[in-house]
Amino acid sequence: MGFPHLPHSRETTVLSKYFGDAEARTLDGWKKRGGYKALEKALGMQPADIVNVVKESGLRGRGGAGFPTGMKWSFMKPGDGKPHYLCCNADESEPGTFKDRELMRWTPHALVEGCAIGAYAIGAETAYIYIRGEFTEPLYWMEQAVKEAYAAGIIGKNAMGSGKRIDVHVHKGAGAYICGEETALMNSLEGRRGNPRIKPPFPAVSGVFGMPTTINNVETLIAAAPILLNGADWYKKMSLSNPKSTGTKLFSVCGNVQRPGTYEVVMGFPFKEFLYDLCGGPYHGRKFKAVIPGGASVPIQTMEEAEATLMDYEGFVAQGSMLGSGGVIVIDDAQPMVTVIARIARFFAHESCAQCTQCREGTAWTTKILERIRDGEGTMEDLDTLLDIAEQMTGKTICVLSDSCAVPVVSGIQKFRGEFEALIQGRRFHPVTAAVA
Amino acid sequence: MTPPPELIGGLESPDYSSHDRAAHEPYVAVFTGETRKELDELLGHYPKKMAALLPALWIVQRERGWVSEEGMVEVADLLELTPAYVKGVVTFYTMYHQHPVGKYFIQVCTTSPCGICGAEDVVKAFLRHTNAGELGVTSPDGKFTVIEVECLGACGFATPVMINEKFIESVNPDKVPELLAELT
Repeated sequence: MGFPHLPHSRETTVLSKYFGDAEARTLDGWKKRGGYKALEKALGMQPADIVNVVKESGLRGRGGAGFPTGMKWSFMKPGDGKPHYLCCNADESEPGTFKDRELMRWTPHALVEGCAIGAYAIGAETAYIYIRGEFTEPLYWMEQAVKEAYAAGIIGKNAMGSGKRIDVHVHKGAGAYICGEETALMNSLEGRRGNPRIKPPFPAVSGVFGMPTTINNVETLIAAAPILLNGADWYKKMSLSNPKSTGTKLFSVCGNVQRPGTYEVVMGFPFKEFLYDLCGGPYHGRKFKAVIPGGASVPIQTMEEAEATLMDYEGFVAQGSMLGSGGVIVIDDAQPMVTVIARIARFFAHESCAQCTQCREGTAWTTKILERIRDGEGTMEDLDTLLDIAEQMTGKTICVLSDSCAVPVVSGIQKFRGEFEALIQGRRFHPVTAAVA
Repeated sequence: MTPPPELIGGLESPDYSSHDRAAHEPYVAVFTGETRKELDELLGHYPKKMAALLPALWIVQRERGWVSEEGMVEVADLLELTPAYVKGVVTFYTMYHQHPVGKYFIQVCTTSPCGICGAEDVVKAFLRHTNAGELGVTSPDGKFTVIEVECLGACGFATPVMINEKFIESVNPDKVPELLAELT
């Protein structure tokens, strides 16, 4: 972690090594810490070889879907005569997730380097870093880093003297969660409303400006550099569980825990120890009640499930949820679940782009019904209506925002039905009122 | 390298004081001189002019404090788009102000992770201490507009608050008066 706390001894800091180290933000400081060595190495390799190393390493997309990165890069056909583009998705807006913000504010040059490596590997001359508009500090540091890298000839017409052109541009978003969806991001980058596009065509065929495009998350691109430097085997070995989830992962922890922050652990780390040891456990006198482990759009876990989880892509699925973006929201016994879930639904209702009926209407109605139950005015029928709406919202829309709203509602009703029923029957939720440490 | 002043210390920000007046005055073009050069450089980043739309609108908001209909027309002309198209884009994104706002635009995150850490109380404290009274309504002295915002992406630092371009972490109700005291 490094910021706001010192790293825990059980963390494995590869990407978060320099969090809290202000000098690492500058070009000189970054070079002193071994920066841009990976790019130099990459520019001396054939693009196909870079793709193979990344494929071999088992690196999977860190934005949420977990798609194998090397495979994604291999979809970009070299020599098709078209300009290729790399988009870095830094529109981090998933509630609970703030790892990319830390990466960009502490190690902006790592992302410039990652973008340059990625662009070279997929045959692109231009990389765009799409950063959400609210991230004023990451935007500032990224713009500084890009400027410094241009001035030093690391990127530009002749990147590091290799004769290759690699441009990196920072593009500021303007406040829309949906622009984190890859096709919406491309529309937004083109100067359109951020409505997701129907797939196919997939971005690798027709992406931004109608050209072959690859979109990668901030953490994914940054991870590519140490993989190239240290080799695929080094990365693969950093896993406690299975060969399908390799390397380290940043988890941003928030909610009712003693030490919220961004932690980096190897894949397969036991979630129970993570929550109680690394994150410091619950506030004094309280107990954990539930965890949403991968940002607001994954199923809610009960503590029983969470404590049995191994932290990797398969581990979270085995315990009724998903790894998602690694945004861990911890909820303690003082929080009424209905309030929490209603607030999540309100978020999705606000952020729906309103393109698809199921999503526009579904998110709004879900919110209204949940808030009615929260306020003690619900009926038992409402629970069935919610589940029915959720079913209509799943798998029927252009993008998955609609599904994302349905998921916490369904898992919430399944796993915490008692709290819903208590409110409906007029038994109010009595929060634990113990002192907060 | 030191961070820019608006990120570490005072609250230097666009001058919002003339908003209400600006709404009634003849429109003065934004893209002249240095600002025009800035736009021309931005156009070089993209293969199509239209892609500079979001950055151009950001420049309008930076210079004028909000994006007026006339501002949209100016941007449309420069990027060879129709004003209606530009308005369609402006209205999609929440960060462009379509009407003048207070000198200090205060956004408090109240999405679930902050919500369970007491964000509602932070909102109430801001509304009370700014005299704005209601969300989205500018205070009588024209200084403050308070809104709830969806996830600012700093959930581990609950409750994050944005005041104009300044991002403040870990705000609790007790901190609100001292934050406001800095805003003159």
